[in-house]
Amino acid sequence: MSLSGAEGTSSLSPSRLARAAAGVGIGRKRRALTARGRLLLILPLMAVLLAVIGWPLVDTVWLSFTDAPLGGATGNFVGIDNYLRALRAPGFLRALGVTALFTVLTVSIEMVLGLCVGLLLDMDLKGRAFFRFLLIVPWALPTVVNAMAWRVIYNPDFGALNALLLQLGLIDKYQSWLGSPATALFAIAAADIWKTFSLVALITLAGLQAVPRELREAAAIDGAGFFARFRAVTLPVILLPLSIAAVLRMIEAVKVFDIIWVMTRGGPLDSTKSLSILIYQEAFSFRHAGYGASLAMLSVALSLLLIAAYTRALRGQPRA
Amino acid sequence: MGWIGRQACATLGITLLLSLPGAAQAQTTLNALFMAQAGYSEAQIREMTDAFQKAHSDIQVKLEFVPYEALHDKITLASGSGGGYDVVLFDVIWPAEFAANNVLTDVTDRIDAKTRSGVQDGAWTTVDYKGRSYGMPWLMDSKFLFYNKAMLEKAGISKPPASWPEVIKDAEVLKQKGIVEYPIVWSWSQAEAIICDYAVLMQAFGGKFVDDNGKPAFQTGGGVDALNFMVDTLKNGTTNPHSTEYLEEDVRRVFSSGQAAFALNWTYMYDQANNNAKESQVTGQVGVIAPPGVEGKSTVSTVNGAMGLGIPTGSKNKDAAWTYITYLASPEVETKYASAAPPIWKAYYDDPAVKNGPNAALLEAQSKSFASLFARPFVVDYQQFSTRLQQALQQALLGQASAEDALKSAASDLAGG
Repeated sequence: MSLSGAEGTSSLSPSRLARAAAGVGIGRKRRALTARGRLLLILPLMAVLLAVIGWPLVDTVWLSFTDAPLGGATGNFVGIDNYLRALRAPGFLRALGVTALFTVLTVSIEMVLGLCVGLLLDMDLKGRAFFRFLLIVPWALPTVVNAMAWRVIYNPDFGALNALLLQLGLIDKYQSWLGSPATALFAIAAADIWKTFSLVALITLAGLQAVPRELREAAAIDGAGFFARFRAVTLPVILLPLSIAAVLRMIEAVKVFDIIWVMTRGGPLDSTKSLSILIYQEAFSFRHAGYGASLAMLSVALSLLLIAAYTRALRGQPRA
Repeated sequence: MGWIGRQACATLGITLLLSLPGAAQAQTTLNALFMAQAGYSEAQIREMTDAFQKAHSDIQVKLEFVPYEALHDKITLASGSGGGYDVVLFDVIWPAEFAANNVLTDVTDRIDAKTRSGVQDGAWTTVDYKGRSYGMPWLMDSKFLFYNKAMLEKAGISKPPASWPEVIKDAEVLKQKGIVEYPIVWSWSQAEAIICDYAVLMQAFGGKFVDDNGKPAFQTGGGVDALNFMVDTLKNGTTNPHSTEYLEEDVRRVFSSGQAAFALNWTYMYDQANNNAKESQVTGQVGVIAPPGVEGKSTVSTVNGAMGLGIPTGSKNKDAAWTYITYLASPEVETKYASAAPPIWKAYYDDPAVKNGPNAALLEAQSKSFASLFARPFVVDYQQFSTRLQQALQQALLGQASAEDALKSAASDLAGG
């Protein structure tokens, strides 16, 4: 059985699409563009992309094989020394660990929470439109504003969180959530989850609109319970959008910088120093542009691995 | 040409005519970078700049403010990408790095003899490196020991402490009597702020950051004693345990809300806590002294927190930039805003009107501190030095290593490059 809601577009065969793009059948009097003509049209965009993405990328790769300082001097070619140094440095491994923990923590909770809230807001609730609107608010907040707000909430002498937990009897005195290495990363992760789970919820909600109502009703009449209906009818439809949300969030989490920078700047005791913060510090605070570039390339490699894994996973899924 | 065409030509002609006087008097636009934290406030710098622009109609100044933590990197990044700023505020710990990397313009020849002798010696260390000057000193500062007079009085303590052990003794009394839960608050976040507090205590305990060869020396003697002192105050509950996540502004808020009897902070806190009722619940109760010493080792403890104004090498308006800098650093402007940041000029501190003014206590503390300013090390790789030391200090404060081990490990890392 096909559950497709996008039948209309997929019924256009590739050859018809290509002919349409080339102008055939739309304005019969116009001549079709030659291959060279098409190339000419995309050339300006290619040039811009090369200038703003290609060149800096090539430059960074080159930089990562040199001992160049920031600004001015070009530095000497040092081969893969920077990479070897990075892989041996305890700071790099630690930052990798911090980044991995942050990514796993935030993405997994955001996915579960987003999915639940998305399902909830798909139900026939009173004031559903209002709750859907509310959902967008945290996501629309700039990260820096969100981070500053959470810093105030966590404040160990005046913070709302401490007051709340104390009144509930969960703590016996005010805690320094961002000042203790045991809690700082979790505190930041919570702030990040609060802001971004709504993206997952929104994507879930959008995906749910494609689930045919008749199908759900038919399953209900057949005696399928909530979980059975969710597994057999709903999940297959929203799996693809959910996977895309997970990829997006994962890439974002791997390169996390701003929320940490505003809340703890990597402290206390480097317990929140993510890869991006380490790279920034090496390249710009310490002026080790070459070494910083090699760290950045390692971070890119990590992101590429994740992207590749997910592309594979997506390919293996049934098309919605 | 139709009616519309003639109208258009006439409008164009009039516009050109009107713009001629403007063209004759060329406008220079300066981009200036300041910080929004401690020292002069953003509002005060805007006020100074407006006054400057009124006096110099040919110079426009575009101001940008960033937190202190972003200042160094912003200057570095701008220089790496080929300029951007004409005037930048910079800290006493950066001239070595900025001079070595050609970030700031050498302005030695722009400074006249009168200025050279009229400005405090401690201020020159902000801008000088290897006998050349890379900017104009703008503000003096050191960390001061602030205390809540009402709390001390309530505890039966009649005079401010005369040594650091006495600070702890007073704090213990305040805690025992239930006047305040955590009597002392510091800025011990993993940032430059913790190095400044540590520097004050290091001078008190007779320690040194580096030896004569520029190699780490904080892992011996006074350096270890200072860190052990910090750890002990956490253990005996006299220090607010949240200090490990605090910067100067957090310290100010805690002290100003009456949740601390003692606080170490820069000059700007005096005006904010003692005189600004919008920001403080302890107005009129704030006492200030030069931080004391430790018997047999020192009589006063300080940290050189002066800052200077420099011209990045990429600037194309160096003359106009210097005009602006000399205006901001003039005795008149500095005296007017002295409650926010101590002036660099020696004459200010001898002025009888100032000496007997409402801020006499602050002035006395400043005179005493500025006479023996303790410097953080002048090393090219200061950022790296400071970052590693911040880690070591926090390691000991958060109970993950002893003071000796933490400092030794940092010293060996830094000595190994």
